[in-house]
Amino acid sequence: MSTGVLHQLLDRSAARFSNRPAVEESQGGSIGYGDLARLSDRLRDRLRQMDVQPGDRVGLCMRKSADAIASLFGIMKTGAAYVPVDSTAPPSRNAFIFHNCAVKVLIVEARLENGLREQFSQLGYTPQLIVIDGVGAGRPLSRALEQLDTIEPASAAITVVPEPSHLAYILYTSGSTGQPKGVMLSHSNALAFVDWCSDVFQPNEHDRFSSHAPFHFDLSILDIYVSLKHGATLVLVEEHLGKDPARLASWLAEKKLTIWYSAPSILSLLAQFGKLDQHDYSSLRLVLFAGEVFPIKYFKLLKSLWTHPKYFNLYGPTETNVCTFYDVPAVIPESQTEPLPIGKVCPYCQPLVVDELGNEVARGGEGELCIAGASVLQGYWNLPERTAKAFLLGRKTRWYRTGDIVVELPSGDYKFLGRRDRMIKKRGYRIELGEIEAALYRHPAIKEAAVLAFPDDDGVPVKAFTSTRDGSRLSTIELKKFCSENLPLYMVPDFFSSLESLPKTSTDKIDYQKLKSMK
Amino acid sequence: MNEQDISNAVKTFILNEYLPGEDPAALTDTTALMTTGILDSIAVLKVVTFLENEFGITIQPHEAVVDNLNTISDIARLVMAKKA
Repeated sequence: MSTGVLHQLLDRSAARFSNRPAVEESQGGSIGYGDLARLSDRLRDRLRQMDVQPGDRVGLCMRKSADAIASLFGIMKTGAAYVPVDSTAPPSRNAFIFHNCAVKVLIVEARLENGLREQFSQLGYTPQLIVIDGVGAGRPLSRALEQLDTIEPASAAITVVPEPSHLAYILYTSGSTGQPKGVMLSHSNALAFVDWCSDVFQPNEHDRFSSHAPFHFDLSILDIYVSLKHGATLVLVEEHLGKDPARLASWLAEKKLTIWYSAPSILSLLAQFGKLDQHDYSSLRLVLFAGEVFPIKYFKLLKSLWTHPKYFNLYGPTETNVCTFYDVPAVIPESQTEPLPIGKVCPYCQPLVVDELGNEVARGGEGELCIAGASVLQGYWNLPERTAKAFLLGRKTRWYRTGDIVVELPSGDYKFLGRRDRMIKKRGYRIELGEIEAALYRHPAIKEAAVLAFPDDDGVPVKAFTSTRDGSRLSTIELKKFCSENLPLYMVPDFFSSLESLPKTSTDKIDYQKLKSMK
Repeated sequence: MNEQDISNAVKTFILNEYLPGEDPAALTDTTALMTTGILDSIAVLKVVTFLENEFGITIQPHEAVVDNLNTISDIARLVMAKKA
């Protein structure tokens, strides 16, 4: 059966598994397939009443919940694309995103409404809002829709089935110029990956998938759509629980999850702090991870504690979703000190490894990995130049330049060697160091700022070097507070160093090489 | 050991580990730690491990939350309650 578009996955499963649980929340709420499909239909009707048209964008600013899942399906059923944001990020950043892609309607939790309204009024922007009084099992969304119906009933609309090449969602990622940029992804981009997951992971309606990553993160695509496609249960991990290995370890066992997918960092923490030997994980059959390098010593530790599941290292930037995969062998040699390879290219993609000039390197040579194929993004929202630069110049095929330097091993697996630019991956989050610098430059006392990462076995500490206009030392506490008001918390530097002035190269640019030695 | 001794020990640990070079006077008993990015989630785990080792207490997973750990005075209160 051809898959069509993302929201058909839910309706097809609802027809087959109406009474089975579709979504369970870590706080205890749950919703079945039939109810989830009906709730998303009601939102579709309301959005149509608010004049949302195919091709429009609708924003989502709420905690991970059944309400959020119903919302993104309701949005897609109008033919619009959903734009999810980190509800814990500063309102200024979220307002920038919604304004940037001109969402027509925003679905927002009441506690976040005022902060966003303030920012919108500064931008002179007035999207329509659907305000829900919390989240949980779809009830707050349902109440909000009922209330709107009492004012003006929404008439039943039909579900739009757009061309698969139409936008399904826009995910904003850190931008080197200081503003996040919107990665535009279509239904067919997502489905190329989702359908491949069906083949490789063979899910069924008895599976219980974790949903650890937030919905503005592309790991959520596997969680949501692969699980709902197969009538499985999606078990949402609330944000605080997701960062707390001790609680998460027992919760994960209790919930009898069968498929886990997350960034490696929380798996490292589970292995170190989760006391995994004290719980029963016999249900767990697959452990998938992506988003950053898994330090091999913690991977080995995890594997010694969870011996029976199969492990896959998945790789790919948001722009291509997963494009390579490594099926981890059952035994990792004791002598292996290198991280796992990123593996072979998924069948819906083609690889090309190029040198700095964009010429293909000989097999086995180092170079930048470029990816073409069905999962590759349409472009960055409203950034035609940035989009053009993201692809190899002068070629017919759209080769997306990942920025990742790789080498093909004799086994045919690719190995990740590093980045060609200043992007880092920290706890699965993608961070442009330039965006942190741009935020620091907004501080009135700061004259110069340079931000560097110093990756080691335990993680990727980020350190900011600053100098001030009047030569005074700035308090680290004050700087951390300032950053937390201007950046998502995961971007706040771990360490600060106050210098009289930053070291310069002979051309009077900030000398990053010198700073690198000042760890 | 009274609450003040505990506060001092916690303060020294946080200054050394997470705020090197900071003026000790800038970190007060009421400075918010978790909600401002001074301690991230992994730093919180390490603070908990420090408290358990230093004061011979056990902090349950459900106790390692922002209400108990957001300031040095919250932390000292938690440790005192555990030792009582």
